[in-house]
Amino acid sequence: MNAPLLAIEDLHVHFNTYAGTVRAVNGVSFEIRSGEMFGLVGESGCGKTVTGLAIMRAIPSPGRIMKGRIFFQGEDLITKSESEMRDIRGGRIAMIFQDPTASLNPVFTAGYQISLQITQHRHVSKKEAKQLAFDMFSEVGLPHAKSIYNTYPHELSGGMQQRVMIAMALASGAELLIADEPTTALDVTIQAQILALLSQLRESEGLTILLITHDLGVVAETCDRVAVTYDGHIVESGTVDDVLYQTKHPYTQGLLAALPDTVRHKQSLEVIKGSVPDGLHSVSGCSFHPRCPKVMDICLDQPPSLIIVGEKEHSASCYLYMEETA
Amino acid sequence: MFASSAGMLNRHQKQVHALDGIDLDIYEQETLGIVGESGCGKTTLGRTIIGLIAPTSGQILFDGQDLVNASKDAKKSFNREIQMVFQNPYTSFDPRFTIIKCVSEPLKIHTNLRGAALTKRARELLEQVGMPGEILHRYAHEFSGGQLQRIAIARALALNPKIIVLDEPTSALDVSVQAQIINLLQDLQRQFKLTYLFISHDLSVVQHISNRVTVMYLGKIVEQNTSEAIFEGQAHHPYTQALLSAMPSVVKELRRKQIILEGSVPDAANPPKGCNFHPRCPVAMPICSIAEPVLDNSGAGHPVACFVVNPIEKSTDEMIQ
Amino acid sequence: MTTVAPDLEIPIEDIKAGKRVTEYHLMWWAFRRDPLAVLSLVILLGFILGAIFAPNLTPYPEQGRGDPNLLEKFSPPNQGHLLGTDYLGRDVLTRILYGGRSSLAIGFLVVIVAVLIGVPLGAISGYYGGWIDNLVMRITDIFLAFPPLLLAIALASALGASFTNTMIAISFTWWPWYTRLVRAQTLSLRERYFIEAARSIGVPSWKIITSHVLPNVMTPVMVQATMDLGGAILVGAAVSFIGLGVQPPLADWGQMVSIGRIYFIERPWYAGSAGLAIFLVTLAFNLLGDAVRDAADPHTRRVVDVGR
Repeated sequence: MNAPLLAIEDLHVHFNTYAGTVRAVNGVSFEIRSGEMFGLVGESGCGKTVTGLAIMRAIPSPGRIMKGRIFFQGEDLITKSESEMRDIRGGRIAMIFQDPTASLNPVFTAGYQISLQITQHRHVSKKEAKQLAFDMFSEVGLPHAKSIYNTYPHELSGGMQQRVMIAMALASGAELLIADEPTTALDVTIQAQILALLSQLRESEGLTILLITHDLGVVAETCDRVAVTYDGHIVESGTVDDVLYQTKHPYTQGLLAALPDTVRHKQSLEVIKGSVPDGLHSVSGCSFHPRCPKVMDICLDQPPSLIIVGEKEHSASCYLYMEETA
Repeated sequence: MFASSAGMLNRHQKQVHALDGIDLDIYEQETLGIVGESGCGKTTLGRTIIGLIAPTSGQILFDGQDLVNASKDAKKSFNREIQMVFQNPYTSFDPRFTIIKCVSEPLKIHTNLRGAALTKRARELLEQVGMPGEILHRYAHEFSGGQLQRIAIARALALNPKIIVLDEPTSALDVSVQAQIINLLQDLQRQFKLTYLFISHDLSVVQHISNRVTVMYLGKIVEQNTSEAIFEGQAHHPYTQALLSAMPSVVKELRRKQIILEGSVPDAANPPKGCNFHPRCPVAMPICSIAEPVLDNSGAGHPVACFVVNPIEKSTDEMIQ
Repeated sequence: MTTVAPDLEIPIEDIKAGKRVTEYHLMWWAFRRDPLAVLSLVILLGFILGAIFAPNLTPYPEQGRGDPNLLEKFSPPNQGHLLGTDYLGRDVLTRILYGGRSSLAIGFLVVIVAVLIGVPLGAISGYYGGWIDNLVMRITDIFLAFPPLLLAIALASALGASFTNTMIAISFTWWPWYTRLVRAQTLSLRERYFIEAARSIGVPSWKIITSHVLPNVMTPVMVQATMDLGGAILVGAAVSFIGLGVQPPLADWGQMVSIGRIYFIERPWYAGSAGLAIFLVTLAFNLLGDAVRDAADPHTRRVVDVGR
């Protein structure tokens, strides 16, 4: 088994708002192995995007990393200086977002932006940078690299913009790509193109990908391993086969049952009652207990910890499985 | 169809065929799903049916009466019968209105209910969609997306409409909340004998809720069939097949061999010649770039607009004419 | 960029308990936290109350109205006259208080007239679009092409120099800014679904404009109006400075600077205090406008919706 490329240990990120402290990430731990596609899945407000930003050390104000360690190739990113982080950010670790238009500067050509990225992170001449940019454009399936080089972002479709973003990540030599909902804003057929591209890059370039998404279907079709987040922490993690088809945690079970394609036509869907907590008001015990159909007395007192519940490090944080191991 | 214009001093006016020759029947108490990617005209279709956009040409018949050329009074009564729920619940409510003002707005326009009777009706509507009546005096920003969509449905129900146009009603919501809204919509349909036009890009939602499905591409209908048939292998148009295969699913049996389409949807202001889909079509033939296929039952037993599916002789005859 | 601390002490329990928390409540909470804003408000209230209660505040109300006091010409600041006296021996502080009446009134009246004309036109133009929009926009272009000072000179020479004519001249060139602002806001509001929802149930257009559009454009209009108060006072002072505004013996800050500048080297207190009054009021209105804009910006006062 590969050594972890990225290991997150007990990460806490808090936002001090005037409504109180929002615990956006509240004790997240997981490992990503070199060369794998790792899915971080959850509903909005569960802390998945903040976790991605924390790896980049790019938490927007008023957020702050309160606790935890983030090891990237054995080095703790939390202790790095800001100037060291600048080299890593966009260099060894790159991130792409849901809305590529917001990530690309509208007044510069795609080519200018990728060249800038390359010369910032690699010691190459301008000419070499341009050649490298052409190579990257064709690598990500953008036809006519030369003309793409000279186009402005608004002349490209959403799917092509996302390809440019991926090309920029590759060009600066990223080993880890954090893809935050990269296909959510795209049409289904374009989503399929981008997901196929990511899978292909993983094969050909050995790229490690952290895929942050709300879509369990996307995870099922592309990822090797997955972690399910709820209210700022991980409730279940393991291989995709284990988590989605040998599901242990009631929340994951509920999410799967709520998908319209898992239920017969026109029948009513399983529903998780209530809504996601807002992170402001800490729920005592297991934070899922107010919505859990299998809630027990113990769930109200103490938050459960993540324990191994199956093969291949399949783990869940639920008291249903505590007795078995204890 | 409608014309896009840019004011008094514009030099060239260009016709954008957002909808191009759409023929559609909706039957009482059914759910008709409209599926397609961005730019296919599905939202324009919904807005045209509800009267927000006037079609350049064509008719919309409701119970046999023409909506487009109706008198002002007749239009007002159609307003009661057809309601809409919008995609984004967060912008569906005036931020300066309390919930009661939002929900009772249609009642004030179309009925004589005032005062206590109005409040009672608003409360009743909210309770029908599973919201407590106590929220009447609160503002929209105090609610989550799912709660707001429930309130939007309550507002749509206020006038006891026959048809509700649902434009991507769950696409801004989380999975668990989406399930709540879909269940609610199905319950309300049974309870009030409603007819739904369900517009969505999400095939899994559409197949779940719809009786029949219409697949659109660039302003045209490419295939129409019952929901079961389309999702159980009776998809004939290459675009429908590609859409289905691109839909990610956790259900292993639903995972089809991926057909990855190249390129993206062309600009509706500048559609390709012949079949709109031919530049991306994996099975395109020479004729597809010359002639436009029409919706035809002959090849598959249900309406499909494709030369590959329908016998070519007939279509080429039409082309020559 | 923003100065307001994000950890405002909004009682979240109030929000949760269903107490009505409107946009304006949130703005006030954010506003209170900005020390510069509060300071500006205090300064402005000082000037406004001073102008209103001038007769009660000063021992020389008759001098404020213009009576000369030739025995005390050009007395430097002393106990009886905190800011000295002017060329006719009148108490400068009294003249400043009375001058505030015309200067502040010009500011408020110009902005009120501009809002009353500009806002409805902007809403109509943005809501209907098409030829109406084109017509309104071309009219605003014409009005924006008039230089306000030249127009004031022209009106003064045609109708005589007076407070009213100054006000008319300035308002005349001021309202189109509100039309443009409100039109742009209306265009973006039109894209919001609640306007479509109202249209789809058959709410008449005039009702949509009055009940949905206008209330929702008031926040940016308020910000603009606050900033413009300072600007209008400045233009009013300039008109008075060239002798076309309020005529002596009535007091006006611009007029005081204009007369006082002749004696400025030997008796700086006269023109200096009037200039300082203009400066303070204009600055305070600008700071206040900035503060209102920041308070109205949801990013400075995120409630529960923090990007996570």
